This record gives sequence, structure tokens and C-alpha cells, in this order.
Amino acid sequence: MKKDIILAGVGGQGIISIAAIIGLAAVEKNMYIKQSEVHGMSQRGGEVMSTLRISDKYIYSDLIPYGGADIIIGLEPMESLRYLPYLKQDGWIISNADPFVNIPNYPDINVIYNEIKKIKTHILIPANKLAKELNSDKVVNTIILGATFPYLGFTKEEILRAIEQMFSSKGKDIVDLNIMAFTKGYEYALKYQNP
Amino acid sequence: MAKKLLLLGDEAIAKGAIDSGLSAIYAYPGTPSTEIAEYIDNSSEAKEKNIKCYWSANEKTAVEGAIGMSYAGKRAMACMKHVGLNVAADPFINAAVTRINGGLIIVAADDPSMHSSQNEQDSRFYGKFAFVPILEPSNQQEAYDMVEYGFNLSEKYLIPVLMRIPTRLAHSRSGVEIKSYQTPQNNLKLPDDLKQFVLLPSIARRKYKELLAIQDDLLKESENSCFNKYIDNKDKSKGIIATGIAYNYLMENYDGDVPHPVLKISQYPIPANLIKRLYNECNEIYVFEEGYPLVEELLNGIIGVSKPIKGRLNGFVPRYGELNPTLIANALGIPTRTYYQVPECIVPRPPVLCKGCPHFDTFLALNEALKDYSKGRVFSDIGCYTLGALPPLEAINSCVDMGAAVTMAKGAADAGLIPSVGVIGDSTFTHSGITGLLDCVTYKSNVNIIILDNMTTAMTGGQPSLGLNKLADICKGIGVEENHIRIIKPLPKNHNENVRIIKEELEYNGVSVIISQRECIVTLNKKMREKHKKQESV
Repeated sequence: MKKDIILAGVGGQGIISIAAIIGLAAVEKNMYIKQSEVHGMSQRGGEVMSTLRISDKYIYSDLIPYGGADIIIGLEPMESLRYLPYLKQDGWIISNADPFVNIPNYPDINVIYNEIKKIKTHILIPANKLAKELNSDKVVNTIILGATFPYLGFTKEEILRAIEQMFSSKGKDIVDLNIMAFTKGYEYALKYQNP
Repeated sequence: MAKKLLLLGDEAIAKGAIDSGLSAIYAYPGTPSTEIAEYIDNSSEAKEKNIKCYWSANEKTAVEGAIGMSYAGKRAMACMKHVGLNVAADPFINAAVTRINGGLIIVAADDPSMHSSQNEQDSRFYGKFAFVPILEPSNQQEAYDMVEYGFNLSEKYLIPVLMRIPTRLAHSRSGVEIKSYQTPQNNLKLPDDLKQFVLLPSIARRKYKELLAIQDDLLKESENSCFNKYIDNKDKSKGIIATGIAYNYLMENYDGDVPHPVLKISQYPIPANLIKRLYNECNEIYVFEEGYPLVEELLNGIIGVSKPIKGRLNGFVPRYGELNPTLIANALGIPTRTYYQVPECIVPRPPVLCKGCPHFDTFLALNEALKDYSKGRVFSDIGCYTLGALPPLEAINSCVDMGAAVTMAKGAADAGLIPSVGVIGDSTFTHSGITGLLDCVTYKSNVNIIILDNMTTAMTGGQPSLGLNKLADICKGIGVEENHIRIIKPLPKNHNENVRIIKEELEYNGVSVIISQRECIVTLNKKMREKHKKQESV
């Protein structure tokens, strides 16, 4: 198995947490990993991108070539489009539908949605709204991870174990909340594709 | 099976140092180097082994501390970002002349494409300039392995070793195999010759000759290094030189199986014989290196060579910016995958000051205090506050180097720009601002210095600020008049009061310092969270 994933968002949204969960699942399976992060100035509310590469075979490059990513995971709709050149022609773009507006010239959101919908293999998920239904604004990322799940190449048990590992230090309630969030995202994505 | 850890390139260097007899690390934080010292600072293993982590006032004091540690016989490391090596250039270059006692590694983390920097200078030139070996790991495993190798090399030839990594390696995580043994620290042992470190001209001349004399040996080490590899292959129509991380991008394109001969370079001086062999056996040479065209330029020389050398100098690879697999595929004419374009509706999202950031309130007050003067009189430098240059604040007019806020304001005031304001962060002030302020005091320059005291080194993630609670005393100590050292608290409710104070000092003909003091909102929130956590666990 080999998956190249782009994670996109705005500094402070915590794109790394999604990479960390998938990374944990990959480590458990003894896969090779390369995961690049952004530190420093760009973290301050600017555009941020992280790449995650997991494979059964040795991985050379830390960066993903243009046209090579299996999935773009976007925590923010405009940001998920910024890295479109990295996406494979049949790759998935799975993005939060709820925008993060911290610039005055943020484009019309419907224009953004239309661009995302031009990619046939896409899922738009209102993760902030779904998180509110769970009374937590901290599970947005886990909801999006849930929507991504079918394309990651892991079994449900493997991902749930990784979620547990990730949040176990914060107590059982937080683990359960994140598992609920994961399931919510997963179910929404299924419905999105088969309305 | 060997133990494997998932480590950033920076962390791999840190862990390598912990496992290889390091006694102390000295660093000034700077992206993308910060996580090296941070890893050691937070490592319980390092604490158990009594390995010290010193956040230094600046990169120069860091390298000097490391040289002193080496003088005393112990293994030391100093870490900084590429431009930090400019600050530390003096001790770095001279440590090659004095040579060393305990193993000494200087790590410079370069930032091609300037993700978080003012330039994309290539630290390898410093290594060449100083006549020291350079190690340039291509991946996280090499970054780990090279630390022990580097310390051994350093002690074998009594020479400092420069390790150079780019952002993409520093901030990328991968599995690293940890060695099965731990190298013990050196004992305290002074140099045999107690004049070794005395660079009086008569001694310096002798030491410099000695440094030149070991160059042939260092070259032999490079030619035979396990990190430099000549990989022979059948198709000699091309020969490819790939240094450091560029090797990975090359291999990515061929899935590890390149049909042409490849020379991987990760140790310098440049292995000349390996290059000659590649040149003689192949029809044309491609050079891929992250950063400046160091190897490529030397290969071309001034007179040139008869076979084509293809790289950054003739447009096969862009002249600037970091490399990636796609750029290398383009250079070699390897077909790339089709890819989407970025939709036109996408607009840039530049970084901004955090919500609740104290700098924002200071800049609002400063802008208002200056609104009756013509624009363009605020000098600044490097930190989160550099973002004050962007809309909506547009409050500063310069960012050149650490400390320049103070001294550029002085120069402009000397030229007749009155008022002239310097805006500098607390950590930047203790890094390089104090000496400039002494210049101002000495010449009674008409400058207004605003120290943005958020009580931390914020931009790099909240390392200690060495002037904490000492700034007013420091200013007083170097001669700023006490009644022109003003302390304000940048909060919206204090806005009018702060504007008034700044205006008063703008009108004063002499050196004034306004310390605008409120804790960084990020470190404050972090502290609150930790406090909350503690209370919960009680």
C-alpha cells in the first residue's frame, strides 16, 4: 500500500493532528512514513500545508510530486484548492465546507464550492456544523478524518486504535467523543456520495 | 530489531547528539533550526545524562560557548538558522584556525524559498570559507548517523564540523533507527598546548598553515566517506550529481533505479576525484543541489569545460527557490504526470498577528502617535512584529537583520530624519539591540526605541527571553536617562494614554526607550491551559 496525502488549512487549525493519527496507524503496520510540517512565521493564521506519505516500500522524497497525491484533506475549502496541482487526476479532495475567513478579499464561497465540485471525486463536509452537534469545536479535524477514512487504506479497527492512542492521555471521554466524531464524518461522507 | 523513532530531521540531529557523547548544546532559536535544541531541552534522557541545553543571547554567544566547551575537552554543538551563522561567523571561522579540543559540530539550518527568512543563503559557502568539513544529510537517518560520525571526524582532525540541513529535512518526520550503544561523554581535559586558542598573529600564522595542511586529508575523508556514493549505471549519456536532499528528489523520479551514473554528495570538501570520474565517463553532467549552485559553479569554472554542465546556472533548474521532485523531472526531461492548475479564485492568505496579540495594540498606538508626521520613519527587524509591515497596520518600514531596528533608526536620525523610531522585540533586543542602543546613548542620538516586550521569543514557539524583567535596568545601565525609559501596557483600554506617552517621547530630543510590556497571547494561553490541567489532576 502507498498513499500520498496533502493536508491543507490555516495556521492554528491543527492540520498536523490528522497527519499524526494516520501516521500512528501506519507506524503500527510498520509502514514507511515521511511527514512534512510547517513551523515558524506561516503558522500565524496564514496558509499552511503538510504532506504525509506512507508506503510499504521505502520512500525517498519528503515532498509529493505534482499530480501525485491520492488525497487532499482540507480543513478549509479555499485552502484545499490551493494545492490542487498536487492531486492525482483520479485523486480525492475531501474538504471542510465551512470557510475560515480572516482576509478581507475572501472569494465568494459558492465560487469555491463550484471549483471543488469540478473534481468528480470530492467530498464537501460541513465539519464545523457537525462538530457543534456534538457540542465540541475541537473535533472538526476528527470529523474530516472520518470522511477521509474509506480512501486511506486502513481497516476501521486500525484507525480507531490510532485515535485511541492519540487521545488516551486526555481521558476516556475525549477518546469516545473523537470516535463519535470520526463515525459522524464517515457516515456523512457515505450519504454525500449516495444521497 | 533496532529501535525506530519517528523524528523530524531536527530531532534526529538532537537524538544523534544525545547518543553520541554530547555534553552541551548552545542555540538561539530560529526557523527551521529551533527543534534541535528544543528536543534536548525537553528530553528526559538528556537530563538523566546531565546534557545541558543553553538558549543563548545570540548565535555568536552560542558558538563561543560551544568553543569553550570544546576547549575544556567535551563534545559540544551549536545550532542556528542560516542567517544566524552570519552573526556567528567570527567565532565560527576562527575556531577552524584555533582548531578544537572536544568534538565540535555547528548546525546551520537553511531556508531555501524563504518560508520564514529574509534570504536563502547557502551555508555550505561558510564551510568552504572556513576550510572545515561539511556534512549535508539527505534524510533523517543520515542526520542521526552523521552526528556521531561528525564528532569523530571533528576529534580526529581537531576541526569544527559544519552540518547543513534545509527546511524540508528539518521539518519532515520519518522513521530513524537508533544505534544500539551510547557513546559516553568526554572527561574534562584541557588542550595539551595552552596556547592553542591564542590567535596572536605569530601563533595564528602557524595555526593557519596547519589548517591548510590538513585540507588534503579532509578531501581524502570526503572521497572515501560512506555518505558520498558513486553509483555506476549503464547509460552514460548523462551523469548526475545530487547533493543532500536533492538526492531524494532524484531517486523519487526513478523509484530508486536511475539508469545513469549518479554521484551523491553529502560530505565536503567536494570529492574531486569522484567528480572527475563522472565527468570522464559521461556525455553531460546534471547538477542538483538545494540552495546555491556551489558545486555547479566550481565545475564550470571561469574557463569552462568541454562537456555540458546543466543545472541552476543555465536554466535547467530554476536559479532560486527550493527543489522538488517535479523540478528535477523537468530538468532531466522525465515525463511528469498531468496536473490541475490552481483555480483563479484562490487568493493568498498571509500570516497575521494572533487575535489578542500585544504588538497589535502597540502598533495602533504608534500609528496614531505618528499620524501628524510624514510616513516612513519606523525601523524594525525580526520577530512576529515584522508582520506589522502588512495591512491593516503597515506600521513599520524596515526588516533587515536582528537588532537593525535600533541602529537603522540611529543612522536615519543622524541623517536628519526626526523623529526616527526603532521597534524591536525583547528577545531581539538582547540578541543584538543593546550594543546599538549604547551607540545611540554615546552620541545622544535623537531616537525613540520601542521595545515590544512580550516576555518570550514568540515567533519560534516561546523559548526563554533572556532579558525578562531586566529590560528597564539594561537601558538604564547603558545610560538611557531614567525619565525617558517609559513602561506602557498595550491594551485597548490604555490606548489614549499610550498614544500620549509615545507622543511625549517623540518630541524629546535625545534617546528614549518605551517598553511596551504584555505577555505573548500564545504563551499566556499555553500557561493557562497547563495551569487548568494541573488543577484538574489535583
